[in-house]
Amino acid sequence: MIESGLRELAAALAARRISSVELTTLFLDRIGRLNPDINAFVTVDPEKSLKMAAAADARIAAGAAGPLTGVPIAQKDIFCAEGWTTTCGSRMLANFVSPYDATVIRKMHGEAGLVSLGKTNMDEFAMGSSNETSFFGPVKNPWDRTRVPGGSSGGSAAAVAAHLAPAATGTDTGGSIRQPAALCNLTGLKPTYGVVSRYGMIAFASSLDQAGPMARSAEDCALLLNAMAGFDPRDSTSLERPAEDYTSDLDKPLAGLRIGLPREFFAGSGCAPGVMAAVQEAIREYERLGASAVEVSLPNSHLSVPAYYVIAPAEASSNLSRFDGVRYGHRAADYGSLDEMYARTRAEGFGAEVKRRILIGTYVLSHGYYDAYYLQAQRIRRLIADDFAAAFRSCDVILGPTSPSTAFRLGEKAADPVQMYLSDIYTIAVNLAGLPGMSIPCGFADGLPVGLQLIGNYFAETRLLNVAHRYQQATGWHRQAPAGVA
Amino acid sequence: MTQWEVVIGIETHAQLATVSKIFSGASTAFGAEPNTQACAVDLALPGVLPVLNRKAVDCAIRFGLAIGAEVAAKSVFARKNYFYPDLPKGYQISQFELPVVQGGALTVQVGSGDKGYEKTVRLTRAHLEEDAGKSLHEDFHGKSGIDLNRAGTPLLEIVTEPDMRSSDEAVAYARALHALVRWIGICDGNMQEGSFRCDANVSVRPKGQAEFGTRREIKNLNSFRFLKEAIDYEVHWQINEIEEGRKIQQATVLFDPDTGETRTMRTKEDAHDYRYFPDPDLLPLVIERAWVERVRGELPELPAQKRARFAGELGLSAYDAATLTASQEIADFYESTVTVAGKANAKPCANWVMVDLAARLNKEGREIGQSPVSAGQLGGLILRIADNTVSNAIAKKVFEALWNGEGASADEIIEKQGLKQITDSGAIEKLVDEVLAANAPNVAEYRAGKEKAFNALVGQVMKAAKGKANPQQVNELLKAKLAG
Repeated sequence: MIESGLRELAAALAARRISSVELTTLFLDRIGRLNPDINAFVTVDPEKSLKMAAAADARIAAGAAGPLTGVPIAQKDIFCAEGWTTTCGSRMLANFVSPYDATVIRKMHGEAGLVSLGKTNMDEFAMGSSNETSFFGPVKNPWDRTRVPGGSSGGSAAAVAAHLAPAATGTDTGGSIRQPAALCNLTGLKPTYGVVSRYGMIAFASSLDQAGPMARSAEDCALLLNAMAGFDPRDSTSLERPAEDYTSDLDKPLAGLRIGLPREFFAGSGCAPGVMAAVQEAIREYERLGASAVEVSLPNSHLSVPAYYVIAPAEASSNLSRFDGVRYGHRAADYGSLDEMYARTRAEGFGAEVKRRILIGTYVLSHGYYDAYYLQAQRIRRLIADDFAAAFRSCDVILGPTSPSTAFRLGEKAADPVQMYLSDIYTIAVNLAGLPGMSIPCGFADGLPVGLQLIGNYFAETRLLNVAHRYQQATGWHRQAPAGVA
Repeated sequence: MTQWEVVIGIETHAQLATVSKIFSGASTAFGAEPNTQACAVDLALPGVLPVLNRKAVDCAIRFGLAIGAEVAAKSVFARKNYFYPDLPKGYQISQFELPVVQGGALTVQVGSGDKGYEKTVRLTRAHLEEDAGKSLHEDFHGKSGIDLNRAGTPLLEIVTEPDMRSSDEAVAYARALHALVRWIGICDGNMQEGSFRCDANVSVRPKGQAEFGTRREIKNLNSFRFLKEAIDYEVHWQINEIEEGRKIQQATVLFDPDTGETRTMRTKEDAHDYRYFPDPDLLPLVIERAWVERVRGELPELPAQKRARFAGELGLSAYDAATLTASQEIADFYESTVTVAGKANAKPCANWVMVDLAARLNKEGREIGQSPVSAGQLGGLILRIADNTVSNAIAKKVFEALWNGEGASADEIIEKQGLKQITDSGAIEKLVDEVLAANAPNVAEYRAGKEKAFNALVGQVMKAAKGKANPQQVNELLKAKLAG
């Protein structure tokens, strides 16, 4: 049962072969057993989970079940969930119990009837690519517990990879769904900006943040995205479009598909040879499936990391101002004045990486620097979006590596922020342009998973999922599981 | 001795009369228990997002149209970043580079009579923003409390060019603006509750100098009197500083109504760097032409249009027209009075509303909306003055009777109380004869050249007539008799 996909679990629940309470208990037991070592979850609340499961069972019994009712999943601890401690991986919010549900949580708990197993570990305020910036300690990669699971959605990735949950939610500001999916042999999708509501998802960089599913197959991602996506009047950047069934085209043949290979992703020595070899093999697999490869160019892609590290910290520096110790969250115990209260609260509440980004963001927005940094970065952002628009005139999907390397060792890049930032060199441009992107397993290098990135045009989620699904039908990489998690 | 010129620009925060807040669904009603009207968005809980209240935009468009400004087809909300306990997000959502209302002007009447003149104040911009909460420093045993009921209340910040040259002009502008925002229904204008508050930027320069002096900004003036007192004090202070050889430092100052003085709150050196940038949670505000036209269709006749009509069509002086358009209520009252009394009596109607009625209301501290004498009753009374049924003096009695509810109309009171003017010349002649007979000394004095004695005789006749004799007829008859 623990290796089943969401559709099989839902079918078993619908056929009453298992109850949601039983299924939830099964996963909670595994979490109890394996989580102390992996540290994928920061909060589990069996009582709450089982209550939701019982409600789902009642709904199934009443014949009012949706496609995923009663299926348990893990939630990244960036989503506010009523009555749940919601920490965002930070000491600042270690004591924060949300009084309200994020829109995606409301949709999943309410409309879909999904059960939450708990809240997963993450880089503090989603700032990191290794899950090492979490106040609640690093997460171990189930494939090699001396290595990182990637980040920022590292807890969600490790939870699904270790079969502590069949699927999880993640968020992706510069690669935070796709890079950990790649490092943990998962399928992860970052939708087009505006497809999933950001209401109740604790903001890192508002113009880049987007939530999405992380699972063990494209089909599972499609099913979970169905439960997450949709226009939300509470999010002004949410897009009002007709509802879509993301599973509708999964099986569509790929004959005639044009796959764009950005010259810039394949040239140079930035990518580990083992990763590149697996990606090249995936291209040959696609050609066998009837697709053709065309070379495209993203000439400004080398500017994406610098532009990102201006825009994202700028927005973050402002978004994180609300954590001031006045109304909720951490407040320093001793202070003599208001300014001291702010300074101590934030000095104690935030970790080093968050402080670094607040400082960068504050700097680039400051009087006299704004034009040179922030405005310039916005211009680059426009150029990058234009590059993609031009590329999509000659291809349907863009393909390349998700991450330049496989999972690195815990502590390996922790002291070198720039090396860490370069982990997202292939993923960041997608957020800057607001496009949908996926990572799917495409093989192994030295026993560690390699992720293949697929980038679609705006609102091409259904197409991307189809392209991923057909590949997964033809290959078995996504079905590989790490040893020692049974 | 240097002649100084005063330069004033005014920034006004007008709280918009929307039912809910600018970026959340919480109520904007004043006076609720602290923090009972602050929802998750107002509290800036982690993860919440703002959604623009389009009613607030309606208000901004109304204002833009009322001052002949450009309503921007596209404007942008920006974050103004600073830390303060009553600012929950650590930033205020405002507009910076692209405000919703750009330009425009307001023409105001300054002073009355010979010294009265019209002044046009140009507006720079008006932009939408959210209000902050309030810090409460009492009752918390040395700590401060925060009330976020006001946080997120929509404001229109209205900024003028530095066009005003005296505190009188500043007050005239502020009053006219206050009347206008109430007139077009976008702000209740309640200054005690902080719905309408002004900041005045004040500088002085030697007359004839082109460049401006260094300005100081007086914050949060919530009455017209304080506005005038604060500016007068500030001007006096600045001139004194300069004349004693000191330089004015750019600063933000507060006015203390108790001492009548301004004191420095912060100087330019410790001014904030607000790190404005476009709010990524909100899309640019796009206002289609159709939206502007819809709002235009809902606008009432504006004070300026009404003022022009009162002056042109009804022949009122500029001062009268301005006074009678000081508020929608006054203008409506006046127009209803004229409807009953007729356009031929527009001028007496103006005098009655501006002088007699205003004085009576003032005496009891009432607003015109609370007048016991209706416009219809007043119009009916003015008709009786015009047709000589009553004299002005008797009319004042009738007015007082109407005020006290002694009758439903002027006619009823005149009838019931027998106040009809005596115009029968036979009856008046009889009274005149009696008075002349009984007041021989006065007659003698008059004949000896004492003009004053004549007035005494008129008084005696009016007294005998219980005030009801037509004064003009009394005058004429007396003159004729005395001459004879």
